[in-house]
Amino acid sequence: MSLLDLANPTRFLALTARVLPWLAAATIILLAVGLYQSATAPDDYQQGATVKIMFIHVPNAWLSMFVWGVMSIASLGTLVWRHPLADVAAKAAAPIGAAFTFLALLTGSLWGRPMWGTYWEWDARLTSVLILFLMYLGLMALWRAVDDPSRAARAAAVLTLVGAINLPIIKFSVDWWNTLHQPASVMRISGSALDKSFLIPLLVMAIAFTLLFVTLHLAAMRNEILRRRVRSLQMMQASRVAFSSEAGTGARGENASNEVGAA
Amino acid sequence: MSALSALIRRDIRIALRVGGGALIGVLFFLTVVVLMPFAVGPDLALLSRLGPAILWLGALLASLLTLDRLFMADHEDGSLDLITMSRTPLELACAAKALAHWLAAGLPLIVATPVLGLLLNLDMVATGAVALTLLAGTPALTFTGMIGAALAVTLHRGGLLMAVLVLPLSIPVLIFGVAASQAVIVGPMSFGAPFSILCALSLVSLVVGPFAAAASLRHGLD
Repeated sequence: MSLLDLANPTRFLALTARVLPWLAAATIILLAVGLYQSATAPDDYQQGATVKIMFIHVPNAWLSMFVWGVMSIASLGTLVWRHPLADVAAKAAAPIGAAFTFLALLTGSLWGRPMWGTYWEWDARLTSVLILFLMYLGLMALWRAVDDPSRAARAAAVLTLVGAINLPIIKFSVDWWNTLHQPASVMRISGSALDKSFLIPLLVMAIAFTLLFVTLHLAAMRNEILRRRVRSLQMMQASRVAFSSEAGTGARGENASNEVGAA
Repeated sequence: MSALSALIRRDIRIALRVGGGALIGVLFFLTVVVLMPFAVGPDLALLSRLGPAILWLGALLASLLTLDRLFMADHEDGSLDLITMSRTPLELACAAKALAHWLAAGLPLIVATPVLGLLLNLDMVATGAVALTLLAGTPALTFTGMIGAALAVTLHRGGLLMAVLVLPLSIPVLIFGVAASQAVIVGPMSFGAPFSILCALSLVSLVVGPFAAAASLRHGLD
């Protein structure tokens, strides 16, 4: 089973119909295990119970970047290999990525309230995630602005790849800007000094969220394929109606001219 | 090579003559700077502290908002199709067009900077620093914005959508441009580090911009 076999949307639909229930089940089990582990994880000696926000926040932040990576690969598929499902994948991933990015921002801000005393701090990490969120929204606006999917797909693919080149630059410059403007912030996660009692639930949660993304993404791709089928059926129907009415008037015209000729 | 220089000369000539509107960018720049004191108050000390940031924001908006016409007029009269089909590589043609646009619309902004610096109570050194950073940074804005212009012409959409797409990409240029000018005026920071990064950003966008714009034109025009 290679990637090319999946180029047939019908085959893709059949395969995902079989795979999706298993993926969903695995996601639910892993999420339950991860949530239980993070709820029973010990409190941090400095941050108290608020450290539990980390178990939601970090997987969301990880996925906010991972989804852009997935979209970049899909964009390469659109521009280079013209894979028919690549733009479906890219389009379906954008809102999911935006949602994960928004959740990362939201949990980060909720975490910042007890740690920094404010909901928003122009912290380097929060700022670059905010810019990432803006770029997701811009990409979604681009998808919505054009009604022809294949035209929108190529434009969005170019923009996604430019974004993929630019995101590390933005990250670096925001870090630089932040060290220039701000004294050391209150919170600092030092290196890899994370205790094992935190690390294991965090890893389980990260895997669970990644599976959640894969499940949602495949389901969204199925919806997008079906939506496009409906669209093309509607277009065919509309053109058939237009054609038959046109043919009807043409035939009537011909009859009329015949009658005139006969007269 | 002669094709490219002909393209550059043609674009500059069109931009500077009636209907071109390259100088509207300078007028927009002036208007933005004049609006600032009304927003923050006519406090000269405050204005001179905010000066580099105001000038940079004004130049950023002016150079990006003039960009969405970069390919549009050529698309309307059909010359863009000829450029796409000609033997000159489309990447080079895009780079030439962007260079012409920078010469016609970007350089006047830099020339206008000293006058606007006077309005914002910047001294000679500060104005010089801002003008120098604009000289190094505006090519990056033009060449990044060109990607937005290419998307605009292939999608028949312009204006706000393109600004929303391109402005986040210009954040690094803004950060290092303002940082380099502030380093001269107040900062304990050295001028060299942010200024070299600014030049590096311009050079990178000089390479990436034409390729991305050409790709989007090639895939988008049909």
